[in-house]
Amino acid sequence: MKKTGAQILCESLIKEGVEVIFGILGGAVLPIYDAFPQYPKLRHILVRHEQGAAHAADGYARVTHKAGVCIATSGPGATNLVTGIANAYMDSVPMIAITGQVTRPVIGKDAFQETDITGITLPITKHNYLVTDVAELAETIKEAFHIAQTGRPGPVLIDIPRDVQQEQENFVYPDKLDLPGYRIPSRGHPAQIKKAAKLISEAEQPVVIAGRGIIISQAYDEFKEFAEKAQLPVAHTLLGLGSFPGNHILDLGMLGMHGAPCANMAVQNADLIIAIGMRFDDRATGNTREFAPNARIIHIDIDPAEIGKNIPTDIPVVGDVKSVLTALNEQIERGEHVDWLSKIEQWRHEHPSLEIRQSDELLPQYIIHQIFEATHGDAFVVTGVGQNQMWAARYFVYTKPNSIISAGGLGPMGFELPAAMGVKVGRPDEVVWCVAGDGGFQMTIQELATITQENIAVKIAILDNGYLGMVRQWQELFYERRYVDTKLWNPDFVKIAEAYDIPGLRVTRREEVIPSIQKAMEYPGPFLIDFLIEPEENIYPIVPPGESLARFLDTPKPEIVRK
Amino acid sequence: MANTKHTLVALVDDKPGVLNRIASLFRRRTFNIQSLAVGSSEHPGLSRMTIVVGGDAAQVEQVRKQLEKLINVVKVSDITEEDMVSRELALIKVKTTTTTRSEIMQIVGIFRANIVDVGPNSLTVEVTGDENKVNSLLGLLHDFGVKELSRTGRIALTRGSSP
Repeated sequence: MKKTGAQILCESLIKEGVEVIFGILGGAVLPIYDAFPQYPKLRHILVRHEQGAAHAADGYARVTHKAGVCIATSGPGATNLVTGIANAYMDSVPMIAITGQVTRPVIGKDAFQETDITGITLPITKHNYLVTDVAELAETIKEAFHIAQTGRPGPVLIDIPRDVQQEQENFVYPDKLDLPGYRIPSRGHPAQIKKAAKLISEAEQPVVIAGRGIIISQAYDEFKEFAEKAQLPVAHTLLGLGSFPGNHILDLGMLGMHGAPCANMAVQNADLIIAIGMRFDDRATGNTREFAPNARIIHIDIDPAEIGKNIPTDIPVVGDVKSVLTALNEQIERGEHVDWLSKIEQWRHEHPSLEIRQSDELLPQYIIHQIFEATHGDAFVVTGVGQNQMWAARYFVYTKPNSIISAGGLGPMGFELPAAMGVKVGRPDEVVWCVAGDGGFQMTIQELATITQENIAVKIAILDNGYLGMVRQWQELFYERRYVDTKLWNPDFVKIAEAYDIPGLRVTRREEVIPSIQKAMEYPGPFLIDFLIEPEENIYPIVPPGESLARFLDTPKPEIVRK
Repeated sequence: MANTKHTLVALVDDKPGVLNRIASLFRRRTFNIQSLAVGSSEHPGLSRMTIVVGGDAAQVEQVRKQLEKLINVVKVSDITEEDMVSRELALIKVKTTTTTRSEIMQIVGIFRANIVDVGPNSLTVEVTGDENKVNSLLGLLHDFGVKELSRTGRIALTRGSSP
């Protein structure tokens, strides 16, 4: 029996194991939505803005390790997905974005709600398709999932004209793919692995920089064995947090612009950098010319184009992190590095950047740390972008694999709420905390409606300083405190939450922090806390833009005391 | 590292939008295409593209690897250092007068180029060769007045049995 394009799409999604779709409908996807009731296995979550659909699919994908699916209509629906697609591309998140397109006869005629979404998303997708023949639809979907989920993952967009959704064709889901231009490096080259093992065994001051590739490859055990066997201190990129236990003796925390001083100093003084599943982003490296001046560099990554892109590499190993580490673990010798590790400990002691000062003010660092205490680290923390993100990265101890979900590469404010939604839908039995800034929260605030409609029990902590905080911090430090347009008038977030039928609390004093977090945790549904934090609190240390990692500004406040 | 011309040869899917994907990648990674020629290859459904790009070896290697990542690019090689045959075709419309016509025809003969069109005040010359040859002929014809010029850009294959 022949099926419509819309039915073929739904059947193909089920074949690919899709359970949830985030989207919002419109004229050009009506045939697809019309087919949904025939496929109760597909849960559709109606968002309030397409950016929310893309970020939710992103969050969902990061915690389920399978492609997140979002859907939007043509024109504005499709363009509203763009930020979320670009974000997934930067952070290597598998995603399938389905867009409706105007009917084939009017493509190119500037029809109502027509936009060239394949053209627009060319540089921000791993691949994209405009399906002009219903006979090619099933194969296209199979290819799209394969491309999105294998190798270095990424978003793939499928643009389907409305008349293709309505056209009929026999449904045959292909078993095999014909993609001669798509190769996935799997195991690293044995000779390169041998060279890497030798360098690691000879190094006296080695440091690992752990990236998101370890999480994508789910190589937590192999990586832990690797670091422990050779006694390698581990620094993380922002997205590499959660690849190694944050409370481990070898863990140095995050490196980079707001990195832990001991991590930055270890990198700058290393004789060997072992970069794993990371891409030497400028926020991680600081000034690349002065990066790790005395180190040789081993770079393990599945994407050959990352080798040598930003930093020249001595030993590149192109392959899947898990298989490369498995091979390396067999070849590396047990290491000690007692002097080097004690030197790093000394730096940690001299620059106690994680200590929270005693203060009557409500400090964001304290709030984040209390969320860690209350959850014992057994939670997903989904962050926004800016100061809230850096506080969440630094003051929560990521002991659970893959437990921080953050938009690292693109840095889109407003990621936190829809992404947290996606995380909770993907892992409904887990505790999910959304750490938001008051600025970013208002960029996707409309998803509170989705949260209520679908009863998605995320716990929302707004670190509310009444500023676009990170920008204000830069104005303070680098623009002589000229606070141009960073002060925000904010609505009453607790009332807003109430209007969306979500209970909320406002917290202004330190002693209210723990009880409010407890209350949020005990409440069975979504819950919002508006923390009115010290408005001009900064995130320290900070490496000024363009500077070497060695030249960080440490916290200037003198009254540091132990917690 | 020396900034030199590199010749990249790519086998790509013969599908709509593929040229756009490749051109877009060059723009996005801030690489300047000096010339690009595309046409059918020996494989049905695949086109062969010859791209000349300037840059040092590391930059060109980066762009080659980025090209390899495109799903529609089946294979791409930098054949600059290899033994290769490269050719370009140019059509040159030169101003003529009764006094210059024979001299131009002599030059064209020396270059084993062809005259493919004759007008009352012009000759159109077709020349095939490597860029040096085309440039030399163009240099000589320049003094007579070049009214129009169209060059295909380089196409190239490696010699003999190299892949």
